[in-house]
Amino acid sequence: MDAITNLLKIISDFVAELIRSVLGFSPLLAELVVMGLAAVVLITFAALSFMGLTYVERKVVARIQDRLGPNQAGPFGLLQPLADGIKMFTKEDTTPATADRWVYNLAPLVIAVFALATYAVIPFAPGVVGTNLNVGVFYVLAIGSGSIVAILMAGWGSNNKYALLGAFRTVAQLIGYEVPMLLNVLTVVLVTGSMSLIDIINHQTLAEGNPGIPHILMLPLPALVFLISGIAETARSPFDLLEAESEIVAGFHTEYSGMKFALFFLGEYVNALAVAFIFSTLFLGGYAGPILPPYVWILLKAALVFFVFMWLRGTLPRVRIDQMHALNWKFLVPMSTVNLVLVMLVLKLFPTSEAAAQTFGGILVTPWVQALILLAVNLAVLFVSLALAARAARRFRQAEEEMIMRRRSANLATARA
Amino acid sequence: MRTDFAFVGVMIVAAALLMGVTLLAAALLRPKKPNPAKLSTYECGMETVGDTWVQFRVSYYILALVFVLFDIEAILLFPIAVAFNALPLFAVLNVTLFILVLLAALLYAWRKGALDWE
Repeated sequence: MDAITNLLKIISDFVAELIRSVLGFSPLLAELVVMGLAAVVLITFAALSFMGLTYVERKVVARIQDRLGPNQAGPFGLLQPLADGIKMFTKEDTTPATADRWVYNLAPLVIAVFALATYAVIPFAPGVVGTNLNVGVFYVLAIGSGSIVAILMAGWGSNNKYALLGAFRTVAQLIGYEVPMLLNVLTVVLVTGSMSLIDIINHQTLAEGNPGIPHILMLPLPALVFLISGIAETARSPFDLLEAESEIVAGFHTEYSGMKFALFFLGEYVNALAVAFIFSTLFLGGYAGPILPPYVWILLKAALVFFVFMWLRGTLPRVRIDQMHALNWKFLVPMSTVNLVLVMLVLKLFPTSEAAAQTFGGILVTPWVQALILLAVNLAVLFVSLALAARAARRFRQAEEEMIMRRRSANLATARA
Repeated sequence: MRTDFAFVGVMIVAAALLMGVTLLAAALLRPKKPNPAKLSTYECGMETVGDTWVQFRVSYYILALVFVLFDIEAILLFPIAVAFNALPLFAVLNVTLFILVLLAALLYAWRKGALDWE
């Protein structure tokens, strides 16, 4: 039982020990080799899951839309990703004559590297993590914005109007939705008191003196906003304005084909899966869970979150660009900011540790009571915001209807005269 | 501590190498038969007219400014969030005031119409 639970750790420790002792490298070189091996394993995992996810997503979305999906290559179309890979490798790749060659050719590499670099901090099981940075969450957010640079490079370097317009849109969307993401990760950091992803998981794990409440139960609003802005950050449907075919062809990757296009695709999927992993870690307790081994738990949770992504993609229509910006700046950002302030005050006024209560005042409560208060505050903020948004929308509709009626009666008057 | 971040460097180098090799392999495998029509800029079969660097909406610029405001707020708030348990109530009220000033700035931008997209 213990061997199964710690399977990944035992294997990684064994390999690391083998390289350190048996092969007779100097300590520094051995350390580098171990790191390099871990990096290659993580990248291979990400690339393989990208291949698998393209197949699963096409199948799931097909089912939602009452189609069959890929079913020709191999049994149930299982070899479809392989066939796609062969096609991508052997497809002719054109670089427009007017393109800025360096920028144009580097952009796919940059987006793929930044997407893969996120996996350096995702914890898969106790002790099985690329590196436990003390600024883990911050690192994820920082490296995540690297894709903005790559997209601007692609749009600018292509020397194509559609590509440039797509890049403008994308950059505006990605930087915009980073704000609610930051604010809501901040609430998790506040509750945990640490930016390390391992500490965040430990805070949600059942242990001595720790009730182990998943953050989604005490912070449902940040979880919801994180999910929405995560989808927008990875530019997945319904926020895929950057490749609105009817308006700007394929957006920033209009001019790309072959392997370079595949790298953009890889970046997109790897980023989306990373968001699913980070969501599971921040809000669903990461690898913590009963009975099953930890690495199974984290994969199950990430798969569940990714299934929600696919579900939304199969169900919702694409939003308009003004709706997209309004949702972010006029709804998510103010709501998250107010929520952040209230969470801060609740944590100070209802501390769970005796030391904090004695030093700074406030009413000493148990962690469960604090979680309940946080939950109540979250839900209150959510419902008040929704009510305000509904009222604003109703007023907007009424004003529009009045304008139409006025125009109609004016038209009638001119027709009579 | 230093080795923690060393892994990030190793990861970036490894990712760049592996992806570079993929691009190189594709470059060796694929056919290469360029002609002027293929290499022209894509625009639905038309010749492109005028400069590619078109004017862009000023709203993009204003949104970027608002974004910078909030991004800096986040940078300042992350250390506060980590040290939160050790902060006295007075400091927390200060931070709250800071956030509320930002919220007021957002409302000002909103009233000015900077967030509208018409």
